[in-house]
Amino acid sequence: MDSFIVISVVKAVVVFGALLTALAYLQWVERKVIAHIQVRPGPYRVGPHGLLQPVADIVKLITKEDLSPPFVNKTLYLAAPFLAMTLALMSICVIPFGPAIRVGGVQTWMQLTDLNIGVLFVLAVSSIGVYGIALAGWSSNNKYALLGSLRSSAQMISYELPLSLAIASPLLLSNTLSLRLLVDSQAGGAWRWNALRGPFPQIFAFVIFLIAAFAECNRVPFDLPEAENELVAGFHTEYSSMKFASFFMSEYANMITVSCMATLLFLGGWDAPWPARYGSSLVPTVLLAGAGLMALYHGIHPWRRRDRYSLPAAGAVFLLAAAVFLLPAVQSWLMPLFWFGAKVGSILFAFMWVRGTLPRLRYDQLMGFAWKYLFPAAMLNLLLTGFLVAWGS
Amino acid sequence: MPDSTFLDSTELVLNMGPQHPSTHGVLRVILKLDGEKVMGTSCVIGYLHRGVEKIAENRTWAQFNPYVDRMDYVAAVSNGLGYCLAVEKLLGVEAPPRAQAVRVILTELNRIASHLVWLGTHALDIGAITPVFYCFREREEALNIFEKYCGARLTTHAFRIGGLLYETYDGFEREVKAFCKMFPPKVDEYEELLTNNRIWAGRLKNVGVLTADECKEYGVTGPVLRAAGVKWDLRKAQPYSGYEKYDFEIPTRENGDTYDRYIVRMREMRQAVRIIEQAVEGMPEGPIMGKVPKVIKPPVGEAYVSIEAPKGELGYYVVSDGSVQPYRVRVRPPSFVNLQALDRMVRGGLVADVVAVIGTLDIVLGEVDR
Repeated sequence: MDSFIVISVVKAVVVFGALLTALAYLQWVERKVIAHIQVRPGPYRVGPHGLLQPVADIVKLITKEDLSPPFVNKTLYLAAPFLAMTLALMSICVIPFGPAIRVGGVQTWMQLTDLNIGVLFVLAVSSIGVYGIALAGWSSNNKYALLGSLRSSAQMISYELPLSLAIASPLLLSNTLSLRLLVDSQAGGAWRWNALRGPFPQIFAFVIFLIAAFAECNRVPFDLPEAENELVAGFHTEYSSMKFASFFMSEYANMITVSCMATLLFLGGWDAPWPARYGSSLVPTVLLAGAGLMALYHGIHPWRRRDRYSLPAAGAVFLLAAAVFLLPAVQSWLMPLFWFGAKVGSILFAFMWVRGTLPRLRYDQLMGFAWKYLFPAAMLNLLLTGFLVAWGS
Repeated sequence: MPDSTFLDSTELVLNMGPQHPSTHGVLRVILKLDGEKVMGTSCVIGYLHRGVEKIAENRTWAQFNPYVDRMDYVAAVSNGLGYCLAVEKLLGVEAPPRAQAVRVILTELNRIASHLVWLGTHALDIGAITPVFYCFREREEALNIFEKYCGARLTTHAFRIGGLLYETYDGFEREVKAFCKMFPPKVDEYEELLTNNRIWAGRLKNVGVLTADECKEYGVTGPVLRAAGVKWDLRKAQPYSGYEKYDFEIPTRENGDTYDRYIVRMREMRQAVRIIEQAVEGMPEGPIMGKVPKVIKPPVGEAYVSIEAPKGELGYYVVSDGSVQPYRVRVRPPSFVNLQALDRMVRGGLVADVVAVIGTLDIVLGEVDR
């Protein structure tokens, strides 16, 4: 019993530490990706390639004046950011990152807790998440904020339906609600993943899930609640300092959560795309070594003076990491983490890519799209899947 | 405001601007909303009023020339051209052919720069955050040519009454030709991002419709008028500065919605490149300054000259009492006139449409308020 508590505490600290760091750096990555789409360098001043920018941002946000306007509903105004943040972070509890590992003679799962209704838990928590935004907009007593929160509530409730329906179809195939068992049922290569496996590949459900997830996270092209060109800053217009940061972080935490869910439900979780005996375990080594060699090459022929030292150093780090992936001792737990991270990272990159490319939908178009196209499509997909599963058994 | 609608509890009065991300400066729009639906608007202008027309009465004719650049600062060259043409008409002089060719080149470059600012900010208002950076990248090239020619990038003061002050710099023609070669593929790039984008078309089509009759009622000109199907371009209708020599088309569309105005402006940029290419190919040699006296004292009289600025008809009505100072200068700014149609265009639409329509009208508040 004691060991269970100790392990849980250690795991909680590790997971939330990693998650919060990931949140901060996800924002850096997004700024860099968008910047490169927009032919500009992005954060560049704080640390090498702006790598310390998240730290500077956090320091800035913490030291900003924590202002509460006099006209707000104090209780709800203060509760809203905490609600948004807590609920956004909560769903990470049930998400597994990899298979069982053995640390110092203790066998444990790379997961905080394995609820047998993990999928439902994530859905429930993300549904409550809308309260944070709705209350923030209402309690701010500001017309822009109110409009933003109204939009957001309507949007999130509408997109919850196709999202849930899209989730239901892979569940029919895997026949479980536990996220860990879900991954186990997809093990063995890309053709066994729910997005691709027969008799009815869930690729449509995957696409519907992704679209609905964009809306759930209030991301472009569905970022109406905070459409800055119409509503100034939407529901968080009146928030400053860490209260604003809470909303900001909850948005990114939601992005990570839905990316993890998409990976677990449709892309086989930490399962490699093809079995290790055909060399899938060499992929990270090859990628990292390639990046390292490229950095070394550009370090020898630098474009700028300062690259003479920074690029070879980066190259050495990459080559070292490539070597680490070859060690048999760590491979057993590093490989699943790599594949999980790669899949989640790809989906997160899609979030950023879309943000750099697409305009924003209008409110009526957004609702029309959800009810006229996405919901029937998800319904049809679910019916077909259910029929095929029943027929197959 | 004694208006019964303000007492109706179902209507929300939303104050948009003057500090708002997408009112393009200091425009203030008071929106009456029913949910997200716009029931009515009223514009409050004047936050950028500097009394430009009054200033003219206390400056000499030549001294007032740089002031006009501060009206439509996005298309300063066009402003200068209109003023110079008006005073030249009053004086009865004409700029020499070489000066006219350089004027056309710079004015059309400025039209491209102005349309690029419009495209970038319009796309930003619709929620596409990337095109603005591409647009400003190309606009930079045009501004570099201005800077090399006259030392200024935005408020250029490029022309003088009677012609030009500066001869073109070495490599002017080469750089302008390089711009003409570089630019059309970039327009393709913007169109690739936007024109066939379902979301972009969905946001713009049937939004802010203004029919040809309505355009005439309001006196709306420029791309807004041409998007409604009226083939009216002052460069063709009453050519000035040698525009009759160049072969170009007037792009028009039929529906008069925001999407059509987008298409018209995109095509206008391509046509501008065509004009620049022709002007720079056949640039005549010769003097750059007409026969203008040292002290400009136009004879008693009045003149009205209007040109096709990027945003529409830009008119200068100048009155001289025979002294060194203008008796009266009246400007007919396209943005001000076009802005009147805002209420007609957004009534019955959604909040998001207001932003789209303000963007598509392509207003510059410096010109609206003067």
